[in-house]
Amino acid sequence: MADAVQTTWTRKDLIDIEGLSREEIELILDTAPQFVAISERDSGIKKVPLLQGRLVVNWFYEPSTRTRMSFELAAKRLSADTLSISASTSSLVKGETLHDTLANIEAMHSDVVVIRHQYAGAPHILAQRHQSHIINAGDGCHEHPTQALLDALTMRDHVRGVRQDPEAGLDGLRVAIIGDISYSRVARSNIWCLNKLGAQVVLCGPSTLMPPEVDRLGVEVTTDLREAICDANVIYVLRIQLERQKTSLFPSIREYIRVFRIDRESIKAAPQDALIMHPGPINRDIELSAALADGPRSVILEQVTNGVAVRMAIMHLLVNSPAGA
Amino acid sequence: MTLAIKNGHLIDPASGISEPMDVLVEGPTVKQIGKDQSADELLDAAGCVVCPGLVDIHVHFREPGYEFKETIKTGSRAAAHGGFTSVVTMPNTNPPIDNAGMVEFTLRRAREVACIKIHPAACATKGREGRQMTEMAELKAVGAVAVTDDGADIESSWVMRRVLEYANMCRLTYLAHCEDASLADGGVMNEGFNSTKLGLPGLPKAMEEIMIDRNIRLAALTGAKIHIQHVTTAGGIEIIRRAKNSGVRVTCETAPHYWTLTDDAVTDFGTNAKMNPPLRELEDVEAVKNALADGTIDCVATDHAPHTFTEKDVEFQIAPFGVVGLETALALTITELVEPEVISIERAVELLTSAPAKVLGLPAGALEEGGPADITVFDPKAEWVVDPEDFESLSGNTPFAGRTVRGRVQATVCDGRIVYQRKRQP
Repeated sequence: MADAVQTTWTRKDLIDIEGLSREEIELILDTAPQFVAISERDSGIKKVPLLQGRLVVNWFYEPSTRTRMSFELAAKRLSADTLSISASTSSLVKGETLHDTLANIEAMHSDVVVIRHQYAGAPHILAQRHQSHIINAGDGCHEHPTQALLDALTMRDHVRGVRQDPEAGLDGLRVAIIGDISYSRVARSNIWCLNKLGAQVVLCGPSTLMPPEVDRLGVEVTTDLREAICDANVIYVLRIQLERQKTSLFPSIREYIRVFRIDRESIKAAPQDALIMHPGPINRDIELSAALADGPRSVILEQVTNGVAVRMAIMHLLVNSPAGA
Repeated sequence: MTLAIKNGHLIDPASGISEPMDVLVEGPTVKQIGKDQSADELLDAAGCVVCPGLVDIHVHFREPGYEFKETIKTGSRAAAHGGFTSVVTMPNTNPPIDNAGMVEFTLRRAREVACIKIHPAACATKGREGRQMTEMAELKAVGAVAVTDDGADIESSWVMRRVLEYANMCRLTYLAHCEDASLADGGVMNEGFNSTKLGLPGLPKAMEEIMIDRNIRLAALTGAKIHIQHVTTAGGIEIIRRAKNSGVRVTCETAPHYWTLTDDAVTDFGTNAKMNPPLRELEDVEAVKNALADGTIDCVATDHAPHTFTEKDVEFQIAPFGVVGLETALALTITELVEPEVISIERAVELLTSAPAKVLGLPAGALEEGGPADITVFDPKAEWVVDPEDFESLSGNTPFAGRTVRGRVQATVCDGRIVYQRKRQP
């Protein structure tokens, strides 16, 4: 009857966007809306039994409020049992390796392990050796795949709404990512994700916070904020780490604001309908003015809402896809 | 007791010999080189190259302080397994080799447990702190063959200048690990497209080249002899080439991984591809190969740096730098340089024998009648697969596990004794 080829999920883990195909990304994005609906049910009962009896472990080596909350809620809305482990330092301090710690978690029969870690590659090396479904919740400056997916879903929702086309994708969309690119896993995952979905990415930030040869990822690079946003459909503002000024990566917050802040003045260069996005938490009035963060162009809270749904979709695909098990 | 190594092809770069020839050994010395030798014991070298015992002027045997990684005993066995009969051990042990007593300790342990010849290098500054120079005249007198703060550079140019002047007076060569520590800050791999992709902090090539340049300029200023360790970049090679042409007393080495791998090897976050200096890019690999062929790079040294499995089985950013090399160096030279005709087999043997011996004036790297019977026999065609389980080293941190290579040591003879012989396959 239906001759459309259905992409199915075949991966054990979600480690990065770099390795995903466009079809896999779209499968996640297409799976997510039903989970948005669950969270917005009229009955108020925001729960389905898709992961009932499963154990989801949130293992966070870095302080995090919203990502952790989002994963925990996602697991709970799927009826999974959840366990949270926070570790402020590397396992090595206790004399065991990262692998030892996960082996111990697995000895308690975990199904999904969500890991955030300060070092790049930690989820990657764990996924290679262990049985649990590993979800990367951010590894060092490497990737933050669920963030990029919830961002793509938010952009797609908006494009579909504006064009009144329920099939529309991100092809041709222009996205300006502003701020500290060097240290940003959000930027890296978004670059991969947006490129695969056919969007065009322009990066803008201080030259000291622009990683070498980043243009080879297929993006435009500029240090001129107005040039970056002049034809942008989306202005994606990154959080600036305030401590970077101490290490001579930029002179002062004052100067950063002067050159790179998105505010009423600088945004005049952008099209009227450009969206404003931010992965949070916002340094209000530093990288983004409060008026714009709270204004009608901002979809920052939609990002947060979509975050739970995307994470539910990912956990569901990882655990319940026949080939992914 | 005599030993005849028969039917092999003798290559002795020091005398320029490369032809079928037998070697007759009596006691610890070479008695005769010629045709049709006979003796009490025969070592059939048919199909093999017979050459001086290999020389490695850059190894870490970790004793004292880190005997769980390697010891003088296990390191020397690894060396013999790889065809090496003379090595220069680096002084970054714990405590470091920064006084005569520690040099004597190393030499005593070598006499007690080593099956090959151990030549200790000593620290150039006390505690490798880059401040106060060591008692180099005494270090030399008790047997140190060079001075170095290997593992780090001497940060202060003033201290470096005085170290070079004083070492030169003592007729000691300074072995320079060239790294601008402030620029290297926190880096764990080559800085470039791959580090950008992986989000790993980078080590820019300039970190190495700035200090190669500084150290060479200080060598020129002081007239001292300096040896640049583990050169990896096209830019660094160019600086050395120019310095050599203008008469500075500079030599340099590179290690097999720098002509075999690029930073693409890091993309799996595998910590056995983590070393300092880091794996560079294709243009650098090409420059290294060219420099080995044209003589800008004087010799091969492995920077054999053992670390345990557990130490390396961690997140890339916190894994220690370094890889083992003694048991793969010859095969990688043959497989990656001789077979693709980058260099001749004679040049390969030179890079591993007479050339490194010459850098430090070691009594090694040549086969002559009356000289020490340090001899390596290897089959340049024999194919094998690198398996750390087969290593004699205590550690198996190699990026080459599973790689098929050609060139296999059949026997290693040190002072007339067979210290390694490959078992005949059934």
